[in-house]
Parts: sequence; C-alpha cells; structure tokens
Amino acid sequence: MKLLTHNMLTSHVRGVRPGGGFPLRIKATEVKVNNVDFNQEFTARMVPKVEWGALVEAAESLGHRGDLPSEPIPDYESNEDFLRKVHHVLMEVEVVEGMLKCPDTGREFPITKGIPNMLLSEEET
Amino acid sequence: MEIDGIRKLNQKLSKTEKKLRQKQIKARNTLLRHEGIECVSSPTKSLVIANGGLGNGVSRCQLLAVVEECGPVEALLMPPNKPYSFVKYKLIEDCKQAYDILNGKEIVLEDSSQGIVLYFNFVEKVPWEVTTPTTLPPGLRVIEDLVSPEEERQLLESIDWTEDEVIPSAQKALKHRRVKHFGYEFRYDNNNVDKDRPLPGGLPDLCNVLLTKCLKLGYIKQKPDQLTVNQYDPGQGIPPHIDTHSAFEDEIISLSLGAEIVMDFKHPDGQAVAVMLPQRSLLVMSGESRYLWTHGITPRKFDVVPASEGRKVGTVSANTGDLTLNKRGKRTSFTFRKVRRSACNCAYPSVCDSQHKDTAPSIPINDNEASKLEEKYVHEVYEEIAGHFSNTRHSPWPRVVEFLRGLPCGAVVADVGCGNGKYLGAGKDLYMLGCDRSKKLADICGQKGFQAVVCDALSVPIRSDSCDACISIAVIHHFATVERRLATLYELVRLLRPGGRALIYVWAMEQEYNKQKSKYLKEKRAHRGRMEETNSEAYDSGCHSVCPSDGTNQALHPKLSVHTNRTSFDSQDLLVPWHLKDSTKEKGEPSKSHQPLLDSANLCEPSPVFHRYYHVFCEGELELVCKSLKCIKVEESYYDQGNWCVVLEKQ
Repeated sequence: MKLLTHNMLTSHVRGVRPGGGFPLRIKATEVKVNNVDFNQEFTARMVPKVEWGALVEAAESLGHRGDLPSEPIPDYESNEDFLRKVHHVLMEVEVVEGMLKCPDTGREFPITKGIPNMLLSEEET
Repeated sequence: MEIDGIRKLNQKLSKTEKKLRQKQIKARNTLLRHEGIECVSSPTKSLVIANGGLGNGVSRCQLLAVVEECGPVEALLMPPNKPYSFVKYKLIEDCKQAYDILNGKEIVLEDSSQGIVLYFNFVEKVPWEVTTPTTLPPGLRVIEDLVSPEEERQLLESIDWTEDEVIPSAQKALKHRRVKHFGYEFRYDNNNVDKDRPLPGGLPDLCNVLLTKCLKLGYIKQKPDQLTVNQYDPGQGIPPHIDTHSAFEDEIISLSLGAEIVMDFKHPDGQAVAVMLPQRSLLVMSGESRYLWTHGITPRKFDVVPASEGRKVGTVSANTGDLTLNKRGKRTSFTFRKVRRSACNCAYPSVCDSQHKDTAPSIPINDNEASKLEEKYVHEVYEEIAGHFSNTRHSPWPRVVEFLRGLPCGAVVADVGCGNGKYLGAGKDLYMLGCDRSKKLADICGQKGFQAVVCDALSVPIRSDSCDACISIAVIHHFATVERRLATLYELVRLLRPGGRALIYVWAMEQEYNKQKSKYLKEKRAHRGRMEETNSEAYDSGCHSVCPSDGTNQALHPKLSVHTNRTSFDSQDLLVPWHLKDSTKEKGEPSKSHQPLLDSANLCEPSPVFHRYYHVFCEGELELVCKSLKCIKVEESYYDQGNWCVVLEKQ
C-alpha cells in the first residue's frame, strides 16, 4: 500500500462520525521503499488532490517524512526538488505488512502483502 | 544412441535404413515420455511394438500373425486404447530376430485398408500383472439370451423406420442414431416425458409378451410403460448420461438386438467399467447403477473385447493378455422404462433433479435474501475460482481501455470490482486503485504490483469526491435486487469529484444486437471442437434443468434458472455455471510403468461446477437505474459485445 492509496482510504464502519474515519492510523510491521520513475507533471497534479496533513502524518509515522514541509510550498509545480520529495512519499514508500486503524471506532484492518483488507462483517455495515 | 549391430556389417546404412532407425528411436522416446515405458538396447525376450495397438485399430489376430513369424510367442499384451503392445517370445533369439526383421514392417489395417508401420524396441520389464477383474456397478445385471434369434427377428421387424410419421416427434434421426418412442415421447429439450400426453397405441404387442416374461423371472418389479428404440450404426454412440431421475422409476431395462456392444459405465469418482452387452441380452439397471453411474456408448467402429471365447458377458477387464478388437454391427436397443408419477427420493441427491429443485435458490425478495444469495453464489464462488478465473481474464476490452487512456495525466481512478486487475495498468499517467470483494483476486492484483484493497462495492472505503474517474466493469450484474444495484451506483458516484466520470459495464440480456451475435455466443463454436460431442440427452453434471419452471410455485417464489453456457439468456436472473479447471494439476503426467494400462480411456475427470448469480440487464435498464440518481448526467450509453454500457458524469 502506497501512501497515496492510504491518503484515499477512509474507515467506513457503521456509526463512524462524519469525517471521523480519516485518516486511518498506520501500524506497520514491514515497510519497503521502491524506486519509481519520477513524473513531474503527474506529481504536481497530485498535490492538490491529497489531504496534505494526512500525508505528512502518515509519512512521519513510518519515519519517512524526510524534510517534507507541513504545507505545500507556493509555486510547487515548477519546483522539482519539492516534487521529488512528494513523489518519494506518495509513490515509493509502501506498507507491506501491518494494520490500518479507524481513528474513530478503533476497528483495525489488516494489511497483508501490501493489500489492506477493509471488508466489513454484516453487523459493521 | 548406440543401436546394436544386429545387421549386415559390411554394408553402409542406406537412406531408408537411416530413416527407419530415426523413427524407431523416436518411437522409443515417445514411449518413455508419454507412457513411462523404458526401452533397452541389449536384446531381451520382450519387445514393445509401437503403432501396433488396439488404440490404433490393430487387432490381436492380425498382430499375432505378424509376431509369430519369428518364433513361438509366450504372450501378446494389448492394453485397451493404447497405440502399442508388448510381445514376449519364448526364446531370446526369436526376439532378436523379430527386432531385426520386423522393424519398419508395414501392415494394412483390416478395416480401413490404411497402412501402419510397426517399430519394435526391447524392454526389460513388461507390465504383466493381471489386475483383479472389475466388478459390475452395483444394481447392474446382464441376462444372456433373453430372446431367441426368432424373437429377435420379429422384434426388429416390428419397428418400421420408414412408415409415414403419424406423430412426427415420436420418430427422430438424432445426429448420432435413429430413435423411436412408444408409450410416451421422450423429449430431448428438457430430458423428460410429458406425463399427461401418452402416445396413442401404447407399446407394441410383442413387447408386452416380453415384459410379462421379465416380470415373471423377477428381472423387474413394475411393468414399464415407455419404450425408446435406438438404432446405432457402427461408429455411432450415445454420450454418457444418467436417465433423468424425475422422469423414470428405478428399474430401466434394455434389450440389445442385432449386434453386441460395449457400454461404458462411470461412477462420479472416476471409476469406469466397460460392460459387454451380447446380442439378445438384457441389461438391467437398478439402484446405484441406474441413479448414480452414467452410461454411454463411445462412438467408434471397434470395441475392445476379451479375445477368448466363452467369456462374452460382463465387464471387459484390464487383462491385457486377452483383449482384441471387435468390429461393431448395426445394433438396435429396446429400452423400457416406467414413467415416474411422483418426485424421486433416491439416495443420490447430488445427481437427482427432483432433489436439486428444493435446493435451487429463489429470486430474492428482500435485502437479506439478496445478501445471502450474493454471499453464496457470487463471493464464495469467486474465492473458489479466483485462480482459474484470473487465467481466463487477460485481454482488456478495447473501449474500457479507450476510456482510461482518454483521462488526463494524474487522474485518480477507482476500479471497483477490479478482478485480477486487468485494467489497473491500462493508463501510465493515471493513479489507479483497485477494489475487489475477493481477497484472492485482490492478492493477484498485489502480486502484479498494483494498488488494491479488499472491500465490498456497497461500502467502498475511499473518501467521497476523491476520484477523477471510476470504472465498474462487469460488477453490478452480480447484485440481486434493483435496490442493491442502485446502491452500488450511488456508492460509485459518491467517490467521484464533481465533474468526475464513471464507466459502467453490465452483462446484457440481449446477446444478439443489431443482428450481431456477441462474442460470448460466438465462442461456442470455438469450444465445440474440443468438447466431447454431446446431444441434449447428455446429463451435464446435473446442471441442466435443475429447476424447470413448474406451475403454481412459480408466481409466488420463482426459482433461479441455470443458464446453459454460450446460449442466449432465457431470464434476467440466473445462475451461470463455471466449469473449474484445476490449473495446479499437471497435464500429461507420465503414468507409472507398472500401471499404465488401466482405464486410459477415461482420463478426463468431470470438472467441478460452480454457479454464479447474474442479473442480466435489458436494453435501457442500466440507463434507467443511473437516471434515478439525482446528481449525475448520463453522457453516453452503448452496447459493446454483449454488455450494456454507460458513461456518466457527476454534477
């Protein structure tokens, strides 16, 4: 699970308060860093789409934040240095094994071989 | 490889001889690779004869004449259905001579006047052991000489195949045999009889005499009221089948006239028994042999039969020292059955259509039922078939790819119901996230390096308004009520940002549109070649007519019908069979050298069948469901290869 995927995911357990299911807390037991080709235009377009605070928090919790700033910098589209940092966090850091935890209900979803299992039981939906 | 020099040494190998050696070595390699038969270079008393087998039309008598030219033969083993035999000579010298003289010998097949070249190689070991004779399937009897040759003649003459067809449907030339019905017509469309419409005339009088005799002798307990006369020319047969349980009572008897034949019986566990039915004998099938075993006649011109006289009845054992080919003649069978008036309650529910009916699911009438149906007939099935399913899903549909490639760089796309992820790599500059209900399929996506999550399409754990596009390809047709189908669309749209677009594909009820047959229907032809020829009498692993529409019950709680693959749909809610092929099993495993001879005719096991629930959409239906969502606009709606498709935009 890349952190960009994590940034899109939210808890959907029944009874979760509106907005309360995001962001999911990561408890990782195995993290890997892959080399992914840098695509400046692609990365620049991702910046406004991600929930920045959640991204920083997730990267921090895995120890891979580096010097990613707490806010996107102005004129980021043309700042390759900044975008490479974003690229690294969004695309290269992956959680292989661990848990995602709903911040509101505490429900935990296992991540195995990089795939989060977010299937709910009948009572939870 | 060194071939020993039993040859005229002062002569160089001629071209023909070289060719012969090559072929001989090739035969030797083939035997090792495919049959595990090891040949040796130094002379022994035994030879394996490639091409000289029952399996390619060589009879015992013919082969024996060839091998006896070189000296007294101790044994000639001819495994059934194999293209080779073994000969054992009394003396090693004779065997050497046979190797030398007979290699490359051409013989002309008695039947077809086709030439066959024999190749001989020495073997150390020959699978001599005689297997224990197989026993008849439980409940099966063969009674010899039930009728005299005179009675046989009368019976055969009583069937007039040329008479004007008073009842056209009662006489048919099926593809592989001629058939005529008395008492009741057997219908091949539903494998049953119309119990309220007896045919005029009943059974022929001659038969009544015969049946009285059978009752008296205790072969049957009830007098049959239905007769099917089948006429088979040599080369014709009937696919393996079980007579429909709900159509007929327990005992089924069949009289073989005109010629003998070998009938193949098979148990669901794979056990196969070939049974010799002599001319003028009566076959009685009852109990397990009637209800559980399939029976059929392989279409061929020769049967493999015991060579020795006096053992004509019963099973054709695997005693390879005593098998030969028997040319078939024109055989007419009189099969008598008693039409069943109540449901069958036999002890074999797995193959009983009466008992299947109760377990076939109904079309759900509420959310709870729908959810249970989907659990059993969608989720569990995909989990079971994931591997095989994934192996059959490699070519993406062009118009789906076109949609994805039309998206701008950096678009975030959710593929809800991504299966094995065949679209997740379709666009390079997209960020695609796959979702699937099946953990195994999501894992397959992960193995391919794609992003995927296990979740249900009714509750997708993705932030609202976060996706630039969504695709839902062949997913929504698995939801069993209109409310649930609407709910999945609602969930899909929730993921889209305003202005975001979704592409939805569902299977269409109409598999023929604008006079074009869909690919699904067309693939039928491609399949035909490798499937064993079936006709409608074949009982296909119990999945045909599991639930024929029956009267009163229908309106209240209709049962789901089981679809016949590669045909048009006859209802919108149905179960579609998936014939699982186990890819983990190695094909063509060489059989061990000590038991390669048994039962090679029946290597293909019936594949397990799973049923997936589908709601196939009628023209306009998908669009209508989409339009009931307030916040969207249907941009495009089209038909693509048997699917209804919609592109919608969130407002």
